[in-house]
Amino acid sequence: MTPIHDYAAIGDGRTVALVGRDGSIDWLCWPRFDSPSLFGALLDARGGAWRLAPAAASRVTRRYVDKTNVLETRFDTDTGTLVVTDLMPVASEEDKHRLLLPDHEILRAGTCVGGEVDVEMRFSPRPHYGRRPDRVRDAGPHGIRVEMGAGLLVLRSDLPLEITADGEVRGRARLRTGDTAYASLTFADDGPAVLPPLGEWSRAAIARSVAWWQDWASRLRYEGPRREMVVRSALALKLLVYAPSGAVVAAPTTSLPERVGGDLNWDYRFCWLRDAAFTVRALFALGCAPEAQGFVDWLLHATRLTQPELRILYDVYGNAPADERILEGFAGYQGSQPVRIGNASAGQRQLDVYGEVIDAVAHFVGAGGTLDRETRRALCAFGEYVCRHWQEPDEGIWEPRSGAAHNTHSRVLCWTALDRLLQLHAHGHLDRAPAAQFLEHRERIRREVETRAWHPGLGSYVAQLDGDRLDATLLLLPWYGFEDAGSERMHGTYARVREALGAGEGLLYRYRTEDSPGEGAFGICSFWGAEHLALGGGTPEEARDVFEGLCGYANDVGLFAEEIDPATGKALGNFPQAFTHVGLISAAVSLARRLEGAPPLDRRPSPPEPEADQPEGHR
Amino acid sequence: MNWGSWLLWGFVATVVLTTIMAGSQGLRLTRMSIPYMLGAMFTPSRDRAKLIGLGVHLMNGWMFSLLYVAAFTQWGMATWWAGGAIGLVHAAFVLTVGMPLLPGMHPRMASEQQGPTVMAQLEPPGFLALNYGYQTPVSVLVAHVAYGMILGAFYVP
Repeated sequence: MTPIHDYAAIGDGRTVALVGRDGSIDWLCWPRFDSPSLFGALLDARGGAWRLAPAAASRVTRRYVDKTNVLETRFDTDTGTLVVTDLMPVASEEDKHRLLLPDHEILRAGTCVGGEVDVEMRFSPRPHYGRRPDRVRDAGPHGIRVEMGAGLLVLRSDLPLEITADGEVRGRARLRTGDTAYASLTFADDGPAVLPPLGEWSRAAIARSVAWWQDWASRLRYEGPRREMVVRSALALKLLVYAPSGAVVAAPTTSLPERVGGDLNWDYRFCWLRDAAFTVRALFALGCAPEAQGFVDWLLHATRLTQPELRILYDVYGNAPADERILEGFAGYQGSQPVRIGNASAGQRQLDVYGEVIDAVAHFVGAGGTLDRETRRALCAFGEYVCRHWQEPDEGIWEPRSGAAHNTHSRVLCWTALDRLLQLHAHGHLDRAPAAQFLEHRERIRREVETRAWHPGLGSYVAQLDGDRLDATLLLLPWYGFEDAGSERMHGTYARVREALGAGEGLLYRYRTEDSPGEGAFGICSFWGAEHLALGGGTPEEARDVFEGLCGYANDVGLFAEEIDPATGKALGNFPQAFTHVGLISAAVSLARRLEGAPPLDRRPSPPEPEADQPEGHR
Repeated sequence: MNWGSWLLWGFVATVVLTTIMAGSQGLRLTRMSIPYMLGAMFTPSRDRAKLIGLGVHLMNGWMFSLLYVAAFTQWGMATWWAGGAIGLVHAAFVLTVGMPLLPGMHPRMASEQQGPTVMAQLEPPGFLALNYGYQTPVSVLVAHVAYGMILGAFYVP
């Protein structure tokens, strides 16, 4: 089974496929992120895959075409070299009006760039999490048709294809220098299929996609350390944006384990409100205003049905995710059971999400957005909800299944919620906010955190009120503007967190409890450590050393999973993970500003005064 | 012939037929989308094609109802079962004759024999439009019989 670390991602703003170093697409959910899998070999050898690679053994190197999500895998064999280009074609709006294009397509091109290579294709679709397809049929010039209920897969290729008795499609041909074999897989479920021709049309599709991605990446605004990693992280994040709604999914996979062989396997193909503030700030910082605004729009739309209560996570259209259940038929990644689909944490109470959502909206307003009447009313209702409930226990950011507690991070995010609402009020965006009530509760929360979440004996803030455990989220207190990174308290907190949670080489565990024995170092927590130093908790050199060390844990194409195995440096958990890449971007932006001598990005953006004749709306 | 009655019930029957077909598509019983197929004759843009095709389809449905009305006038009566019977014949004609002819008329539809080209990439419907899902003929029959029954039941000769 291919290690998590050895995958690369391709996508089209609807879903993502994972391509292994062996040329096998082992994970694909079509038509959207949380659809049932079509290729699931990532989680079970019988789960379906699509391999295009030399028949003989080879040495493999990979890269993305510069500033794109178009993947090139180079196979050097004893007789020649094959370069396989993998992508899910994307096109500009102008091209979509001009050309007949399939809704969903994966395009693969194998080019022999030296000598001669026997290239082999094996195509085993297993829709609905490992089922055999209803029917696989050779439709001659229209390709191989795979019927899945009313949905239709069509595989077309230059390679001669044959269907085996067990429903697998195989093809093989010898390519000589300069030869290219194309393969196109399309999926249609909403109308007659569009069957793109191969050859010149495929070459043009690749060129269009490369141009589209490079045009998008050219708008990224970042000049600082490890620019190539920041651009790759932005491209990875863009892959996780569901374009029709603007939602950002946490990761495109389910049940990749946080501990190999263990049961910390969760479905991340949904959108967590908690990621909002980090994601919006990272997107705005890089100049990705349309994506940031799209995400804020989605946030406000998705939460409308449950306001003032907020759910923890939603699907890409703002609906509740499916109930969590276990896929009995899947063996799991390297035997890591169970494989879950759906996510039961949707029913948890996590008070930090109010601060995250309101902070995201404050960033949005700070970047020039305006709020309509309904949104203003909703924000005030969120604030009143926080005033009523901040004293209560919750499950908190890490979603333990062991019950609720009085979490410091949740308290600080309740403080953040009220603080940002007061900011918005002060600048005229929330005229009718009950400012006196918000102010009173904000100060009460601060007093409680400063007294009950501070452990004089440890000289550190602690994870829970009146407790003594440490947690990486404590490094975020300066991020939200609750503490100064250079304060004595934060110096003590950072030192204790490093002592208790350090995993070597800049890595940090998120916490250490009986809930997570044996899990890896947490990607975003490690970047929080680097950012804390960049924000004034350390010297610029210290911050740079930690940040660059952490960048070294990316895989060969620059992608991160949720966690990193400190022993091997390899990826653990769902992959690629938005939260980790957001952490990298955020740390890089803070570090770049520190190195320039510029002040940190304002944690509490000052919204502009609304103009009298400015139209209302989210944008 | 009662022009007012034809205009009203011809339009209503067309709307119901379109709704049944779109509902069948939404319920994943078929991938046949008559508005998209018609609109793709005029533009490759998926969204525009659906909009243009919807307009063309509504006009077609209205015009086709003239044939039903002509039959009712000839018979001197209009009943739901007579309308349903015409709808059945109409659907059978569309499925067995109209659909196989479509690739020859549609500039963006691939032919059964030659496969897709740069211009013609749309999947052809095949016999009984079975390429769009095995339940497609049923959806088409139900929609056309309902269309004919509405005309037969409500048209006043």
